[in-house]
Amino acid sequence: MKMNSELLLTGNYAAAHAVKSCGVQVVSAYPITPQSPVVETLSEMIYKGELKSEFVPVESEHSAITVCISASAAGARVFTATSANGLMLMHEQLHWAAGSRLPIVMCCVNRGVSAPWTILNDQQDSISQRDTGWIQLYAEDNQEIFDTLIQAYKIAEQVYIPVMVCYDGFILSHSCMPVNIELPENFSSFLPSYKPIINLDSKSPKNVNPVVLADKRLDKNNVLRNGYMEFRNHLANDLIDSLKIIEKTNSEFNGIFGRTYNNGLFKTYRAEDAEHFIVTLGSLGSECKESVNLLREKSIKAGLINIKSYRPFPAEQLVKALQKAKTATVFEKDISYGFDGAVAGDLKAAFFSHSDDLNKPLIQSVICGLGGRNVSYKETAETVEKVIEKKINPKRPYWLNCKI
Amino acid sequence: MTDTVREIFAANSSPLNRKYQSPLPREIFAASSPSIGEAGLTSDWRSETPEIIPDKCIAFKKNKLICQLCWGYCPEGVIKKGTPPVIDFDYCKGCGICAEECPNNAIVMKK
Repeated sequence: MKMNSELLLTGNYAAAHAVKSCGVQVVSAYPITPQSPVVETLSEMIYKGELKSEFVPVESEHSAITVCISASAAGARVFTATSANGLMLMHEQLHWAAGSRLPIVMCCVNRGVSAPWTILNDQQDSISQRDTGWIQLYAEDNQEIFDTLIQAYKIAEQVYIPVMVCYDGFILSHSCMPVNIELPENFSSFLPSYKPIINLDSKSPKNVNPVVLADKRLDKNNVLRNGYMEFRNHLANDLIDSLKIIEKTNSEFNGIFGRTYNNGLFKTYRAEDAEHFIVTLGSLGSECKESVNLLREKSIKAGLINIKSYRPFPAEQLVKALQKAKTATVFEKDISYGFDGAVAGDLKAAFFSHSDDLNKPLIQSVICGLGGRNVSYKETAETVEKVIEKKINPKRPYWLNCKI
Repeated sequence: MTDTVREIFAANSSPLNRKYQSPLPREIFAASSPSIGEAGLTSDWRSETPEIIPDKCIAFKKNKLICQLCWGYCPEGVIKKGTPPVIDFDYCKGCGICAEECPNNAIVMKK
């Protein structure tokens, strides 16, 4: 058995190496900052013969995801990557991919959405695709990008739901960190080769995604087939049930590679006895560990929850982790316009469906880091103190470091 | 097909390493086999019904399998070749293209 190698990689290179290790068979993508190096690296690997795969160059992101949908339906393990406006252009096909139950894996390298133009990081792009039926996993560092991508294929191919692996543009995508690269031969037991459920075969032609009507109806063999609502219900329920598969995949991964991400749904830091929580997504989680340390030095019982699986939303697990919380300050680089940040809104909702406790924690939505605005651990710590001292109006999201 | 694609298909058709994916207990995506009636009876979409007047139909008059333009133009494939051709009224949606294309005005649309 060859030894694993530790390489100094940017997030994008880590992603490309993970895709190579997974033996992806079809790659199709259109360049967009900050994602481009992922598929540039993959095309180089394919050109050199290091990765036996078909690279399909296309004229837009809409076509890139369409190629992935077709290739996946034809039985290939596929990959694409995009950012921001590219993801927006894919929107229609994201619904097609999820509705067809194809285990496509895509990297979304998080970048702010226009207008006005920005190429810098926030998470509005992937959060805006929340309701497309995809699983969304967020990575905190480059090693986690590599590990999450490998897990993503295993999750997707068990639940037949596409997975979006999201990581922060530039902060991770263009920053070098040591990454432990598992050799493909070492994890063939973790990720077996993909066998599709839809088999497009010219010998027995099939319509995939024909028009279905409002009600169930009999097909030509007198079998009662689902209507539109039954298909939607299966997707919605399977998405919630995939929480278990994500947890199981995380522990299996730990068993083979010795790396774990708490329960696979969210990571915690100094959370055992914490009363005042920071809740966040992605790379901000690393920064916020320092904020927790800073607050602990001031004898504030702070803790951190960094959500990894945003869809499916681990409502029950989060409510349990926050049951002793007095405040939960949700720092996120996105906003659901007209209300709070998306994660804060979901967390509030989770408490109403999953907690009988009348003393619910104060959940404060904080919007930060939009369009690449820097967020420092001192600022997040100060914000938590303001929330504790009730100096912030909880009826509106608080805009951190917005100089108005 | 390129060689890579051929190899992908060959690899996928082998039954190796398939234990971790469980068989699907439910119908989770929509699929159908192409067959007559797969989309349900479409005859109730019709507001006008085409009627072939045999005396004007070229194929009928010459008693030969000629013309058949209505068969060729029917977008639903519900006209069977013949002398005269035969329309399947279970699936004819009444679009009127056959009547429009008939060179001898042998098809009329009736309310």
